[in-house]
Amino acid sequence: MAEQSRLDLLQGTLDLLILRALRAGAMHGWAVSERIQQISQDVLEVNQGSLYPALHRLEHRGWIKAEWGVSEQGRRARFYSLTAAGRKQLEIEAENWDKLSAAIARVLRMA
Amino acid sequence: MWKDLLLRLKALIFRREMDEELKDELQFHMEMQARKNRGRDSELDAAEAKRQARLQFGSVARAEEECREARGIHFLETLAQDLRYGLRMLRKSPSFTAVAVATLAVAVGANAVVFGMMNALVLRPLNVPQGESLYLVERGNDHFPSQSYPDYLDLRDRNRSFDGLAACNIGQAGLDTGENTTPVLVFEASGNYFDELRLQPYLGRFFRASDEHGANSAPYVVLTYAYWHAHFQDDRGVVGRTVQLNKHPFTVVGVARPEFHGTMLFMFPDVFVPIVNQEQIDGANLLNARGNRWVLMTLGHLKDGVTRAQAVADLNSIGSYLEKTYPKDHDRVDFALAPPSLYGDYLERPTRAFLAGLMLLAGLILLAACANLGNLFAARAADRSREVALRLALGAARLRILRQLFTEALLLSVMGGALGLWGSVALLQAMSVWRPFPQFPIAIPVTPDAHVYGVALVLALASGFLFGAVPVRQVLRTDPYEIVKAGSVVKVGRRITVRDVLLGAQIAICAVLVTSSFVALRGLVRSLRGNFGFEVPNSMLAEADLHMAGYSDDAVPAMQKRMIEAMQTIPGVTAVASIDQAPLSNGRPNFSLVFREETAELTPGNAATESFVFNVSPGYFHAAGSALLTGRDFTWRDDKNAPRVAVVNEQLARAVFGSATNAVGRYYKMRDGTRVQVAGVVEQGKYTSLTEEPQAAMFLPVLQSPSNLIMVVVRAASDPLQLAAAIRSKMRELDAGMTPVIQTRSESMGFVLFGARMATMALGVLGAMGAMLSITGIFGLASYSVSKRKRELGIRMALGAQPKELLQAALGRALKLLAFGSSVGLVLGILASRVLGAIVYEATPRDPVVLAGVVLAMMLLGLVATWIPAQRALAIDPLILLREE
Repeated sequence: MAEQSRLDLLQGTLDLLILRALRAGAMHGWAVSERIQQISQDVLEVNQGSLYPALHRLEHRGWIKAEWGVSEQGRRARFYSLTAAGRKQLEIEAENWDKLSAAIARVLRMA
Repeated sequence: MWKDLLLRLKALIFRREMDEELKDELQFHMEMQARKNRGRDSELDAAEAKRQARLQFGSVARAEEECREARGIHFLETLAQDLRYGLRMLRKSPSFTAVAVATLAVAVGANAVVFGMMNALVLRPLNVPQGESLYLVERGNDHFPSQSYPDYLDLRDRNRSFDGLAACNIGQAGLDTGENTTPVLVFEASGNYFDELRLQPYLGRFFRASDEHGANSAPYVVLTYAYWHAHFQDDRGVVGRTVQLNKHPFTVVGVARPEFHGTMLFMFPDVFVPIVNQEQIDGANLLNARGNRWVLMTLGHLKDGVTRAQAVADLNSIGSYLEKTYPKDHDRVDFALAPPSLYGDYLERPTRAFLAGLMLLAGLILLAACANLGNLFAARAADRSREVALRLALGAARLRILRQLFTEALLLSVMGGALGLWGSVALLQAMSVWRPFPQFPIAIPVTPDAHVYGVALVLALASGFLFGAVPVRQVLRTDPYEIVKAGSVVKVGRRITVRDVLLGAQIAICAVLVTSSFVALRGLVRSLRGNFGFEVPNSMLAEADLHMAGYSDDAVPAMQKRMIEAMQTIPGVTAVASIDQAPLSNGRPNFSLVFREETAELTPGNAATESFVFNVSPGYFHAAGSALLTGRDFTWRDDKNAPRVAVVNEQLARAVFGSATNAVGRYYKMRDGTRVQVAGVVEQGKYTSLTEEPQAAMFLPVLQSPSNLIMVVVRAASDPLQLAAAIRSKMRELDAGMTPVIQTRSESMGFVLFGARMATMALGVLGAMGAMLSITGIFGLASYSVSKRKRELGIRMALGAQPKELLQAALGRALKLLAFGSSVGLVLGILASRVLGAIVYEATPRDPVVLAGVVLAMMLLGLVATWIPAQRALAIDPLILLREE
């Protein structure tokens, strides 16, 4: 049922979603994937295999930072949070996304 | 940029910790997912929940790999990984590694050696300050750099393009330090020589322009460092001492620096003497002889901002002045500039052409080696198709696998390149200390420098990429499912594969090399048996400089006669005579213009021909083995009081009298107007090189035309080598101060044959390398095809195939390629061999012996290369084979 309505993520949108999810505060990788799924009401499913490489990539670029902390269950976990650069990047990308989706919507309506 | 690199390095250094952390992080994710799974469905047990979590996650290994990549350590880390893996793979197949490294070492080594020679001889300027702006003045029409001394003075004083022009000439003298006399190689240098070359002395001072005050006015000598070191034991007190050169006192004023050995790359003089004192060295005053071009080098630094073309125009205006002012001594005078180290274009052109040819062949060797290794690599990749398929199935990227293969290729190429470079450096250094002519201080200084190392490295890496690229397509096309399912599949296609093309090309290249070495070898053999106009076997040449031994004027011919008579008393000697400069020996014979009798104005423009001049004793033609065609030989009565006579060769007779038959009894004129009657005509010969066009030559009786230099030709009934000791003791008996050089006639031709011998040796070595490469190439393909088709061959055998059919199936392809490649290579080789004609005397590829030799050689190579694979194919036991698989 939901299988058909779930969307594959566009290339590059995963980064945007991660940054957006992290705006709520520091969280570990599993929570990020859960949150994206939850906010999108299960429409967007994050491929778990590609989530971690994306997190590490963002960290390498300096948009998010990672620290070891303790999870709700008391287990050691790696928590990610936005950096200042990441916050700025999120704004830029969100704006770009808005422009893009508006443009696509217009095209679709016109055609 | 820096930050990025730092992060990468940090990631690399803390790799283990970070890997642990990554594992932990993913582990945590898995736990959370399993927890969630259980929360949704409480029926699940813990293990099942975990299993589902793993399924949901996908490949953990792949995610880890991508995380590593994202962290940026990927590049360095995989490189290290690939290197480790590559080394392991290479260690696992030592024979493959050994063959590949050896092949590359040979190919890169050959290229490094040839480039090293090119670099040292042609590309590198002379080792003096600002050597790149130093030019040699040579004549434009014959590209021979020598000038007459008065002409040099005019060039020096009238030009506006050079900072200054220096001159030098080479001579030999006996140097007496008070204990004993040794022959030394003397550079007769103009007073400004050292100043114009911008050199500083090691000890004392150099002589300068201000020391020159006319003929024999500057009895000073500068020692080279090597001579000072060897003969004065580094005695710093040598400055100011007096030594005797040809029995004339000279004062040692200084010692040159160790790196300076004159302005000819391959000459290693012992001492420098002012050119104004040349009479004391050469025995005759040539300072005023405008028509005699004896000054070997005229050279100087161009002024700043003056181009070569401007300088040549400037010199040519001096040339036309000389033409107009001294018409008796000049024909047409124009000039050209050339780098000095190889004696201008005279030696540089042939050297450059020869080395360029060698470069080409060495490049072909490298290409053949790459083709060979590409083949080996492709075969290896095919053998490893299961491994590759497995890795692909486990999620390895194709790019990663290709990188791995390239890493292996580069690893091999670096190892092979290093080995080859090591060998070539050793060879070049050995070549640099080699003295090809024991009696002359001549060497080929080809010590390698950074350029050689750089070129070797680049060649090695480039060939690594080249042969590493061969299996790329194969890997890209690998279908993991097929291979893992079915095992490696050998397609016995009739199609022509890349590997076939490579092997065919390689064999063709090798056949080119084999052909050219055969052509060169055959040319050398012919040139040794050719007709030189004299007989080489059973003949000795004893050379002595009577001037060096202190004889002068009338004492010279008398001594010559006594020497000849003394030699005649040696048992076993059949004929003895003397000549001043034997044809095809080390020195350049004298040269003169020849005029018809009726010519009144004796200017160069009116000359009938130019001719070599040899001064010989009576009986020379008999002793040398030159056939007199008509007329008579000289006698001891052809002396100063008798009419002037000459024996001329066919070419001179034709040029002056129109034909060789009617020349006897007729007259011609020499430069100074002397009328000379032709007494006889001798057969045409070779005089300065084996490849020369027929040259005019005249032989004058030594009593009418005396000479200080004397080469005694001793003809014996049998092996003349046994006579050497007797000849030496006879010479000593006559004069203990004489230091004769005694050689067989063929040894004396070492100078002339040097080029041909070197060419033959080089081509022979390259040909052998080519042969070796084609053996390994064919061997590789044949044994690979036998091992791959073992099962098929076994079945054929079980079904009753005869050995012949079996071999046909196993080796047919390799042999067909061999035949095809060889014939293409043979044709190309024949075309390429025309180039050899300039160096190797009578090198012609249209020679049945050469053709048959090449065909036979390639067949032999094929036989050798396929022998072992054939044995292996015949030894297949179908029973064992079928049971196994």
